[in-house]
Order: sequence, then C-alpha cells, then structure tokens
Amino acid sequence: MSATVTGGVVTTPDHVGPGAAATQVPAVRTRGAALAFGDRLLWEGLDLDIPPGQFVAILGSNGSGKTSLLKVLLGEQPLTHGQAWIGGEPVRRGSTAVGYVPQRIAIDEGTMLKARDLVRMGLDGHRWGFPFGSGRSRQAVRSGIDELLASVGADGFGDAPVSMLSGGELQRVRIAAALASDPSILLCDEPLAALDLRHQQEVAALLDRRRRQHGTAVLFVTHDINAVLDYVDQVLYLAAGQFRLGPPSEVLTSTSLSELYGAPVDVLHAQGRVIVVASNDPSTVYHLSEDDNCAVDHGQPDFRELEP
Amino acid sequence: MSIWDRMFNFDNYGELLQLLQNSIIAGALLGLIGGLIGVFVMMRDLTFAVHGISELSFAGASFALLVGFNVVIGSILGSLIAALVIGVLGVRARERSSIIGVLMPFGLGLGVLFLALYPGRSANKFGLLTGQIVAVDDPQLLWMLGVSVVVLAALAIMWRPLMFATVDPDIAAARGVPVRALSPIFMIVLGLTVAMAVQVVGALLVLALLVTPAAAAMRVSASALWVPVMSVVFGTVSVVGGILIALGGSLPISPYVTTISFAIYVICRIAGNRRMRRGWVPRRRLPVNQDAANQDAGKQDAGKQQNGRTTPVETGVVRPS
Repeated sequence: MSATVTGGVVTTPDHVGPGAAATQVPAVRTRGAALAFGDRLLWEGLDLDIPPGQFVAILGSNGSGKTSLLKVLLGEQPLTHGQAWIGGEPVRRGSTAVGYVPQRIAIDEGTMLKARDLVRMGLDGHRWGFPFGSGRSRQAVRSGIDELLASVGADGFGDAPVSMLSGGELQRVRIAAALASDPSILLCDEPLAALDLRHQQEVAALLDRRRRQHGTAVLFVTHDINAVLDYVDQVLYLAAGQFRLGPPSEVLTSTSLSELYGAPVDVLHAQGRVIVVASNDPSTVYHLSEDDNCAVDHGQPDFRELEP
Repeated sequence: MSIWDRMFNFDNYGELLQLLQNSIIAGALLGLIGGLIGVFVMMRDLTFAVHGISELSFAGASFALLVGFNVVIGSILGSLIAALVIGVLGVRARERSSIIGVLMPFGLGLGVLFLALYPGRSANKFGLLTGQIVAVDDPQLLWMLGVSVVVLAALAIMWRPLMFATVDPDIAAARGVPVRALSPIFMIVLGLTVAMAVQVVGALLVLALLVTPAAAAMRVSASALWVPVMSVVFGTVSVVGGILIALGGSLPISPYVTTISFAIYVICRIAGNRRMRRGWVPRRRLPVNQDAANQDAGKQDAGKQQNGRTTPVETGVVRPS
C-alpha cells in the first residue's frame, strides 16, 4: 500500500484490512488532555485518536510541551486534566507496550556492554531476580535478538561494545532495544537529531517499515519534519498553549500556523520539503533543527564527525 | 634472615595452612563478592567513593577495637555511614568527588587517632590498614559469611535493573526501574562489601579487590556473563594466592595480594590492546545499504574493517574498495 493521505483518511498498514480500522482499539487515545506546570499552560483539550500503524509527527517550538507529551504517555508525567489510554488501557508507568527512544545518546564512554546486551535490556532489563533460563529459552531469546538486530540493520555489529559504535549505529541499536518488547507504540524524541542525512533517511525508513509490518504506531517528536515527511500521516503541532492536529497538508500551511503562533508565519515548500519561517524576518527560521547537536542544516561541519 | 627469606618462607606450610583456613575462606568470599560488586563500581564510576568508604570503615573498625567492641560491626557501621553520606549528598560525579575528598582524610585521621590510643599489639593495629594474616577468627568468619550472603542475595535480585539503570537511566526509568532508589541501595551493598574487605586486606588496599579485578576483566571482554565471572576469578586468585604465598612470612598479606592483582591487570591490558587493534569483533560484510552505514565506524582502529564497496557519501568523499 502506498502512503496516500487525502482529506482526513489516513494510511492503514499492510497487515490491517480496510474494514478493520473502524473496529480497532486505537493505539493512543486521549480525551480532553491538558498539561500545565503551575501557571504555564502547555496544551489543553487534546483529543488524540491514533490507530495502530499510524505515523504521527509531533512538532513545535522549544518548550511547547512535546517531550512532556511523551512523558505523559510513558506514565512519568500525570496529566493536569483529561485521560489517556494506550491500546485501550489507561496509561501507566513501565508498560512494555510502549517503546521509547530518548533524545540524547547518553551512554558513557567507558561502558563495556555489547550492542546485543543493550537490546536484551529492552526486553527484560527491568525484571527483578536472577535470570534463570534453560538452554532452550535462552536460545529462543538469543535468536529473537538476532532477528531484531537484523531488522534494524545492526547484525553486523551486534557483538561490538556500545562505546565503539558510531552515532548512527547506536541509534539503530536503541531503536532495536525499544522494539524488543514488541510495543504497540513507539515514542521517539528527536531520534535523528545527531545523525547525518544518510542515517536520518535510513532510520526514518526503518521506522516506517516497522510500523507497516507490525502495526506499531509511531509518535515522532522532531524539530525538522523533512526527514520523515514522506511517511507522516498526522501532524500534531504544539505552540503557544494551543495545538493543530491533522494531515501535513492541512496543518503545515501559512494560515494554520500563523493562527497558531498569533504572528505571521510563512510555510514554504521547496522540492518536496517544508520550511517554516517567520514572516517579518526571513532569516528567523522556526523549524530547521535548532537542536545544538545537529549543525548539518546550518551548513556547518557536524562536529561529531570530527571525533576520533 | 635475608629479605627473600622473610618474603617467601614455606617452613611448616602444612601446619600453617590448617591454622589459617579461616583466612583463606574469608579471602575466597571476598574475591567472590568483591569481584561482582567491582563490575558495578567500574560502571558507575565509584572508584574514588570506594576508597573514601574504606577509610571511614577503617575509622569505625579502629574505634571498635579501641573500645573493645566487635571490629566487624564497627567496620560495617563506618562503611554504611560513609556510603549513605556519599550516596545521598554526592549525586553528581564532581560533587561526589569533592565530598569524598573531604570525608576521607577526616576518616583516616580519626582512625589513626584510635589506633594510636589502642594499647594492644601493634600487629593488630597495622592489620586494619594493610591487612594481616591472622585476622580472621571464627566469629568474624561467621559475620563475613552472613554479610556475603546478604550481598549475594541483593545482587542476585537487582542485577538486571541495576545494570539497566547504570547504563541507560532514561530508558530504564521509562520502563519503571526505580533508578533513583537503586542508588542508595547499591551504596549500602557496596558499604557492606568494603567493610568485609577491610578485614582481610586492610583499608588502604580495598581497591585491589573491588576495582582491579573488574577493571582487568573489562579490558578483555564486553560480555555480560564473562566480565563478572572473570572479575570474580581474578579477585579470588589474587586474595587466595596472596594468602597462600604470604603464609609463612611475617609480613602483611596485602603486598602479595595487590601484586598478583596488578599483574593480572597488566596481562589483561596487553591482551585487550591486541584485541582492540584487531577491531575487537570482526564486523561482517553486509549488502550495500547497510555497508555504507558501517563505514563510519571510524572509532575503531583499521584492523579487520569490513568496508568494501565504493559508495558515495553525501559529503562527497568516496571510499575505495
């Protein structure tokens, strides 16, 4: 099935028949969700209905509550108002139905841990007690991890220590770790931020492949939608205490975003890419990665590539 | 007696061996729990903290000695106080270093004071700092057995979550692992281990059993199974080997223990460097799209890199096959 988005109809993944969409339990559902920290309101009245296998991009300026939304779905941050469900169950902490790929690659240099062990931790690293496994179940786990590593293209370096992997390789291993528990939703917090363009494309394609083949809903927080624009079904755009939700063609328009920001905003389309610019001052860019780890879009050398 | 004879004396070895059974058992226990705990000490960057805890443990032990209290209990109390203070106050590495740097000389000073006041045999005194052969009597051994069981049980229960919390705290927290609570719990378990180590090798040389074996193991392996196993083996060989060699002489056992420990580390380091030069693990040759991704594994030395194809990278650099 090709990724077509027309009007309000969204893509359904390969293995789900067209009729099933109506009766499926949504992967993520919120009703009247609101989040505020003291006086500061991040968003309110958020009603999400994300079916399995949908690819949702979450955009917005810094501090608009994107990461906080992920924390809510992880069960780490309670909502100020409203409710949220994942796969029909209320959100709770430590659910294996949720896979999480966090923002910073925070693994210490000296850590001697194999890539495959990092993936294994995604499977049962949180369980207490001694891992008693008979030969057969150990073998089953091992081949499961091999499959997972192969699916993210990491089987060439599964036995390498994580401290010896490059940024792109480590990110793929982390995705494999997030997928180890076969989650129904995958929450990604700027997973492409520290990667060069080729790896961004590869990781984005990998996420798309996963959600088509396994029906995993993907919620993708990013500063730059261009890397995943081809795969995105819905955009959730957060800014100034409000939000816009809908297909990219509806949300990423000058009128829609100007309304959202309360200031003139231009949305430019160039060669299939989207650039959001404040109208008054054309040099102010809202959307190209302002993340200080990724200097690629600004034309500066990516300092990570210079590391020995 | 020449120096050599004083260092290596094997007269009456059989009898001495009988007499010092307790020390050997205690040493083996220490090798076991020290080796296991050492893995986490390395991964959580607590090397300096171990030293700080051992100084305060020494202070506790020497105080107990002075007032005629059970030395093992004194040692444990000193350890736990230090461990908790460091664990609670020093959450960030830099802060932790400064707190330890402040606590340590204070603890050492107190310990020296108590030892100086102690009217007993000087062999006893010296032993708390540098370890001694005839240190372990039956009640002490029972205490050590008890502590070892507690430490082993705690590690068995929390090995996976603790490893997860150590390596990847963000994701571990997302999975429901109580990352913040595990920190003081681990410090307590560490404190217990240090207290035991002080009894056998003395406060100054605890690192030789808690850090060196694990550091050596991590030089040659990244396996989640073999690193702890090797660490235990190295630790036990160091202690028991050291005791067996030091038996006949009248010198403290610690130089023997630390020398064996150090030698093992050096061998592992050399072996590890060889392995590192060869690329650590052979990377398999993969089809084109993944191959390009493996090409930027520039962190590894050349060795057996499996980059083969000519694939243009967007920066314009073409790597030859």
